[in-house]
Amino acid sequence: MKEQNKVFITGNEAVGKAAIDAGCQFYAGYPITPQNELTAYMSRQMRKAGRVFIQAESELAAVNMVFGAAAAGARAMTSSSSPGISLKQEGISYLAGAELPAVIVNAQRGGPGLGNIGPSQSDYFQATRGGGHGDYRTIVLAPTSVEEAYTFTCLAFDLADFYRTPVVILSDAIIGQMAEGIVFRPPSRKYSLPPKDWALGRAKGQQNIIRSLYLGERVLEKHNLKLQRKYRLIERKEVRFRQHLPREASLLIVAYGSMYRLAKDIAVELEGKKNKKSVGIFCPLSLWPFPYKALAQACARVKNVLVLEMSYGQMLEDVKLALGRQKPIYFFGRAGGEVPEVDEVCRFILKHKLI
Amino acid sequence: MKLEFIIAGFGGQGILSLGKIIARAGIKENKFASFMPSYGAEMRGGTANCKVIISSQEIASPYINHPDVLIVFNQPSWDKFRPKLKRQSLVLLNSSLAGFSPSYRIKVIACPFTRVARELGMEKAANMIVLGRLWREIKFVKELTLKETIEEYFSSRRDIVSKNLEALARGKEL
Repeated sequence: MKEQNKVFITGNEAVGKAAIDAGCQFYAGYPITPQNELTAYMSRQMRKAGRVFIQAESELAAVNMVFGAAAAGARAMTSSSSPGISLKQEGISYLAGAELPAVIVNAQRGGPGLGNIGPSQSDYFQATRGGGHGDYRTIVLAPTSVEEAYTFTCLAFDLADFYRTPVVILSDAIIGQMAEGIVFRPPSRKYSLPPKDWALGRAKGQQNIIRSLYLGERVLEKHNLKLQRKYRLIERKEVRFRQHLPREASLLIVAYGSMYRLAKDIAVELEGKKNKKSVGIFCPLSLWPFPYKALAQACARVKNVLVLEMSYGQMLEDVKLALGRQKPIYFFGRAGGEVPEVDEVCRFILKHKLI
Repeated sequence: MKLEFIIAGFGGQGILSLGKIIARAGIKENKFASFMPSYGAEMRGGTANCKVIISSQEIASPYINHPDVLIVFNQPSWDKFRPKLKRQSLVLLNSSLAGFSPSYRIKVIACPFTRVARELGMEKAANMIVLGRLWREIKFVKELTLKETIEEYFSSRRDIVSKNLEALARGKEL
């Protein structure tokens, strides 16, 4: 409360501010609601900072421009919302294949197809399972607040450079469009980032080639095995989550992003009704790598688990992978741009006697 | 202290600006504030609403189930959000564009805000007239804070700062 100089800013703008502060040199995007505040912010601020902003002719063009900028060693970012992110998948697969660092922001909206402009979490599968073709993964960070939208985006640039891999910021129409008063906090963890000797135009003595095409016998397999070793390393090092586990909790709500915020309201509401802290909350902050072990540990003392999502059960599958048949797993979800209400989730919990 | 506002009307009526000013005023007094807009793809003519929370404690969800204050600028908004009211809710209703039955059990302040604004020659400042009227009812921040927030919010256009402050003052007298 004593902190001064809070800045009132939307989540989308906070992502843009983070990109500027993290030294993003190249941004290409194509407008789509509900992430337009980000493109608009970048159009003004990138130019002011003497960096490159391009409003591309399409999402496809934007992601491929990012490929080019990343290949030349620049910190590069693109952003869109669900239908636009689908269009970018080919480029993301190429980025992963060519081991290029890039940050891709998805402020999710209702789907499938063009859907609507309401908030949604229905792109979980797409983000965490690769999305495009081939055996690859992208690191996926899911901010729960405007402040985290800032911090995670700064972090995303470091992670992308450190592992030479695309990193996805998975927000939604709520986190993107809402405004809060925040303090800009850089991420606490520092990565040692060597100069990009692999980039085009920076070769010392030999030739640098950036590609994802490997036609020689077993060459592609070797490349894939290298990628897989990298993914295993990320799974060991980059798991992030947050949990609140009151002693007397009998129910654990698992929710990420904006739904984590709703889960907090639900816990308070039920505490008032039952006169005790009967609800714990587990919030994955990295969706890939997913905090499987931590979630299994968090569930040790509770009786029931409730997965809360703005989808019809996508993260639910990871929760099942984490817990197996250890605990009864319930699910509450709404999608199509609609947001679950505290009252209806509380009724569901009480009706099924989860606490 | 926690106050939850829903503000709703047509796009172009200053719905989102009003919400942002309330939230910024809260932050200026070191409170927590959240602002959650919801609008159609169009800038003007469509429906727009925003949810604003000011609290002395950290805010969980920016969504609101039952608002403490509902500000409605038109009939569709009144129809949409009326079922969300609780008995203690306060309603500010723009009677220029929305009607209501006086037998209602909830406290409704009905004022022809649009007409008053038009009479002052600044129809676009109807939102500041509402803000003035709201502040007379609930002093959620100091008056000075409110004025400073308005000055900062419109700082890129000095000419309209004084008009908006005038509208705020007019609202307090209604």
